Amino acid sequence: MSLKVRLIALVAVCLAAVGGGVGYLVASRNHQKDVARHAPPVAQMSLAAVESQPRIVFVNKALGSSYGSVAMAPLSKLDGPRAISSTSCDRVYATAADVLCLSSDPGVVTTYAAHVLDNTFKATQKLPLTGIPSRARLSGDGKFAATTSFTSGDSYAGTSFSTRTVITPVAGKSLGSLENFTLIHNGESIKPVDRNYWGVTFAADDDTFFVTAEWSKHTWLARGSVTQRRIVTLHEDAECPSLSPDGKTIVYKQRENLPAGRWRLVAFDIASGKVTPLAETRSVDDQVEWLDDNTVMYGLNRTGTQTATSDVWAVPADGTGTARLLIPQAWSPAVVR
Amino acid sequence: MYLTLRDRPANGQRVRVRQRVATIVVLLGVVSMLTDISTESVNAVLPKYLIFVVGLSPQAFGFVNGLYNGISALVRLLGGWIADRADHPKWVAFIGYFASALSRVGLLFAHSLTAISFVVTGDRLGKGLRTAPRDSLIAAASPPETLGRAYGVHRSLDSLGAALGPLIAFWILTVVLDGYRQVFMVSLCFAVVGVAVLLLIVPDLRPRRQLLGTLGPPPLPGRVSLRHLANARMARLLMAASLLGLVTVGDAFLYLELQLRENLANNYYALLMVGMNVSYLIVAVPLGRLADRIGRVRVFVGGHVALLACYLFTAGPFAGPALSIGCLVMLGTYYAATDGILAALAGRAVEPAVRTSGIATAQTFQALAGFVSSLVVGAMWNQIGLQSTIRWFCLVLLVCIPVAALVLRGLERQSVPA
Repeated sequence: MSLKVRLIALVAVCLAAVGGGVGYLVASRNHQKDVARHAPPVAQMSLAAVESQPRIVFVNKALGSSYGSVAMAPLSKLDGPRAISSTSCDRVYATAADVLCLSSDPGVVTTYAAHVLDNTFKATQKLPLTGIPSRARLSGDGKFAATTSFTSGDSYAGTSFSTRTVITPVAGKSLGSLENFTLIHNGESIKPVDRNYWGVTFAADDDTFFVTAEWSKHTWLARGSVTQRRIVTLHEDAECPSLSPDGKTIVYKQRENLPAGRWRLVAFDIASGKVTPLAETRSVDDQVEWLDDNTVMYGLNRTGTQTATSDVWAVPADGTGTARLLIPQAWSPAVVR
Repeated sequence: MYLTLRDRPANGQRVRVRQRVATIVVLLGVVSMLTDISTESVNAVLPKYLIFVVGLSPQAFGFVNGLYNGISALVRLLGGWIADRADHPKWVAFIGYFASALSRVGLLFAHSLTAISFVVTGDRLGKGLRTAPRDSLIAAASPPETLGRAYGVHRSLDSLGAALGPLIAFWILTVVLDGYRQVFMVSLCFAVVGVAVLLLIVPDLRPRRQLLGTLGPPPLPGRVSLRHLANARMARLLMAASLLGLVTVGDAFLYLELQLRENLANNYYALLMVGMNVSYLIVAVPLGRLADRIGRVRVFVGGHVALLACYLFTAGPFAGPALSIGCLVMLGTYYAATDGILAALAGRAVEPAVRTSGIATAQTFQALAGFVSSLVVGAMWNQIGLQSTIRWFCLVLLVCIPVAALVLRGLERQSVPA
């Protein structure tokens, strides 16, 4: 091939690559805009109308201008109109008094923040958050806030990645990372350097919490005490625990021998230690929330071309029944009574 | 028979004519730049992609790392040997670049952890395969007295790509919501153009045949054998490179320590890398020229002094943004003073007929030493914490620099037995 032919071929490749790359970007962006524009508008109601009754606070995942905004719907009619606020969160949790919001601000350098908001969505406290938001929880009476984020999720060429979980008294000073708490395993205090914690759930006594503890590639359900700064392991293979309102059952996700990145929801009876798989057979990567004493709810991403959207599903917590769609186009639900 | 490979002009004989760096060096730089944009744009978003789209748990993450270490070293040596044996470094490099481009196609279709691990491994093996043949091409195309500058120009373009990659990726994520596939697609486009430049424009230099032409009767063995690598000059170089590699703390650890100290969010990781690459690209050419002037060994050893400074800035008693930036500048300087220079030294430490193997061997020794050191750092981190670990490495490096300087003394004046 002469140089001329080769140069022409190169120019052709460059044009194809630039055209293909730019074309694909523009097409994707336009497609997203189109979907947002033509998305059937979600029925809305005023915040004031919802705030007066028992409700579920969640992140709105209906494509459109309020995608990612905190929304709420009355417990009495969850698939009806929703009230949408102007506050955006990746992960939200709420009690009657407070809202815990983990957010990220994408850019050339994405920044992350966690805020406690009052019930008018005004920030009252900034919490430390050093990475990609993962889990958020407030204790029932709103005394403590717990956040989990992914830290050092650096390049795959680097070291392995980990999570950081921090408990902070609302309107108080942070207790710091759980990694500084004493870890008790089989009656002994241990200090594995690769220990990680994620997914806190609080009990009603303002001291006890449950959390995932992980080291040497094994996960454990563990019980912690805020005042004693102590965490004791209970049961192996358990992630993202969620304690029932009556304090008797914990629903968590279990790895079993499923492929990486897949989990099964199970219920753990604290008194007997009995583990019951729930009727949801799809893989759930979420910390469930209790809808009532017998039902849990959780977010599930849609598949195929709609992966940006997720729905909140519900399933009985005793292994019976089947999963049902609870709130369409929603994520990160929290019940407020 | 002895070939004297004196790279420096004799005393007082300054080269006045400013020679331009060979076109092929610039072309290879462009290929590397495009490929690095492709690689680093993917690397920057891969953790988030794995966590949010593939749905990895923390435990599964380490698995992607562990796959490839031994194989990569083997592939590198094999690539060097085949390139020498066939006397076609360009085509071996081409296979390496092509494998990486192909892995981008795989990424578009890989949705499970296993598939992604496979794709990532393919990309890394491609990188292992192509590095030495490409450096060998640069050596073949450049007159010995400006070799440092040639590598400087190449590495400068290369790190420009590494700096641009993450920025392009993050920009795409702001343009298209959750646009990971879009990042992979754009990455593929850059890789394809890089491969096309190599395939269509870079000439197929044949170092051995070139030499036959200029020297008349073949001074070279008919068969290329790795035995030809065994000489005193190479042995000293390998010894020094391994010694220094063993006392080097991997970048990832340094970035992590900086993040911990400055309490930076984890996305700054990519930005730290960008900062390091910017300083690398700025000083690569000046340091290459300096190496041509005052000797490559001096610059190579001096680069480790910059690394020492980086450790001090990272884990020393003082902290602050200025010191963190200083660390990135020093780390970039270290790379600029060592990466291309090691290839230049290795390429000149053996006969041209086995030059690619020579370069591959030196790079493999350095990489394996770095791997061992990362295991040591990991273990020490568990015991005494990351900051103390870096301080210890600082101390040991301080001792090893003069030792390495002693081992390498007069290396460039030593003759190579043929």
